[in-house]
Amino acid sequence: MIQFTDVYKRYPNRYEALSGLSFHLNKGEMAFLTGHSGAGKSTLLKLIALIERCSHGQVLVNKQNLTHLPKRKIPYYRRQIGLVFQDHNLLHDRTVFDNVALPLVIAGENHREIGRRVRASLDKVGLLGKERNLPIALSGGEQQRVGIARAVVNRPAILLADEPTGNLDPDLSRDIMQLFEQFNQVGTTVFIATHDHDLIHTLPYRQIQLHQGRLAKREVE
Amino acid sequence: MSLSTIMTNYFLRHVQVMLFSLGQLWRQPVASLMTVTVIGIALALPAGLFVLQQNMTTVSEQWDDSNQITLFLKTTISQVEGKQLSLDLKKWPNIAQVQFQSAAQSLSEFRQLSGLGDLLDSLPNNPLPAVIIIYPAEDIVSPDAIGSLLARLEAMPQVEQAQLDMEWLQRLRSINETIHRGISILAILLSLSVLLIIGNTIRLAILSRQSEIKVMKLVGATDRFVRRPFLYTGFWYGLVGGIVAWITLMLTLSVISSPIDELIGHYGSNFDLQWFSLTMLTTLPSIGVVLGAAGAWLAVSRHIHMIEPN
Repeated sequence: MIQFTDVYKRYPNRYEALSGLSFHLNKGEMAFLTGHSGAGKSTLLKLIALIERCSHGQVLVNKQNLTHLPKRKIPYYRRQIGLVFQDHNLLHDRTVFDNVALPLVIAGENHREIGRRVRASLDKVGLLGKERNLPIALSGGEQQRVGIARAVVNRPAILLADEPTGNLDPDLSRDIMQLFEQFNQVGTTVFIATHDHDLIHTLPYRQIQLHQGRLAKREVE
Repeated sequence: MSLSTIMTNYFLRHVQVMLFSLGQLWRQPVASLMTVTVIGIALALPAGLFVLQQNMTTVSEQWDDSNQITLFLKTTISQVEGKQLSLDLKKWPNIAQVQFQSAAQSLSEFRQLSGLGDLLDSLPNNPLPAVIIIYPAEDIVSPDAIGSLLARLEAMPQVEQAQLDMEWLQRLRSINETIHRGISILAILLSLSVLLIIGNTIRLAILSRQSEIKVMKLVGATDRFVRRPFLYTGFWYGLVGGIVAWITLMLTLSVISSPIDELIGHYGSNFDLQWFSLTMLTTLPSIGVVLGAAGAWLAVSRHIHMIEPN
């Protein structure tokens, strides 16, 4: 589903964030991306979400070669990926419903379908009663759930998360991880960047560990 | 999905975005009102001048057929000689009509119009000459033809002076033309400023929504999708600005119309300022919409694609 082959990423200031990275993530797999701050986790996720492009090598996602994907096709490519962020990236002047509906509105879904799928998505993250609230009225954990609901509302093949539990206490973090597991169980490929070792060591998923832009080791359980 | 469903969806989406942008303006009433008022004033000014100038043109056209030459006869010419001269002139092919007015008639007309009867009475004799008013033939309209007729008349021994009553009208037309061009330039400059005002307002709106735009692009929004609400914002600014311009214009003109009518009344014309204009009610908002959309386009085409998630 996600395949990196000898990928390098150099920034204009000659800083090399990723050096000769190769790995493969299977369809329907759930994996963690770990490593210290500055190890290249965010850069790697940015390459998958096409926020950045690699300097050398090849990135294949869902059978598409991202190196050759023209700029105008990027929006359509991104619709196949659900993104979850540490700071949620919600729109604060819109209700929870409107936030979750955004990907569907962008994709041009009709009104009835949007209502149905937004409610289904909010139901999955346990926020069905809060659809009329503004994000600011919700707790940090709830805001993250809204972010997840938005990421999965158009049923993406891949779910990417960058430090989704970074601002949450252990209990809430565990809840969020359980949510990701549920989505993985219905076939979504889930890839989570995190440095929350205490949490992920209790979970039976592969870890892809980065160290200074290279693959440090692989743990398959 | 059938084509008609796709079309309906597309149309509905546009209506939604349109209302969404209107709602956003509504939620910042003071800022929106200020922008709209500036646009309104900028559009109303040239439009108002244009209306006045149009009225001026109408007036000068009304006087178009009053293309006449006044011959002031020498005071040595007697009334009989003057009458005879007018009969001779009537036979000229390039003269359609003549009208003789004796010195005594000139005096009584002047007494009536000027109200200076007492002063005239104190004069020893009539200072006014006899006058022949000449209406040229219908085909004598070009300045050249009228000029040569005028020269021939002026050269006659009985004539003290031949005066073309058109001259002041031509002057009026030249003034009118000058004003017209001035207004056109002013209109272009003010339209440009409306364009820039809207462009700048939209630019600020884009910058203030930068993080929102990034989020939208992250969840798969095309540039076109991000652009749309801003274009509609420009549309609303232009439309409402145009309506404000119309209201401003109508209020202003209704206030100044009666003194203008009175002023023109003093020149013996029963002129009525045509100030109420429904055409303007469609024209001003249309111009506003075009300028608004164009200004918004300027802003979005420069800024939207530069805002990328990072």
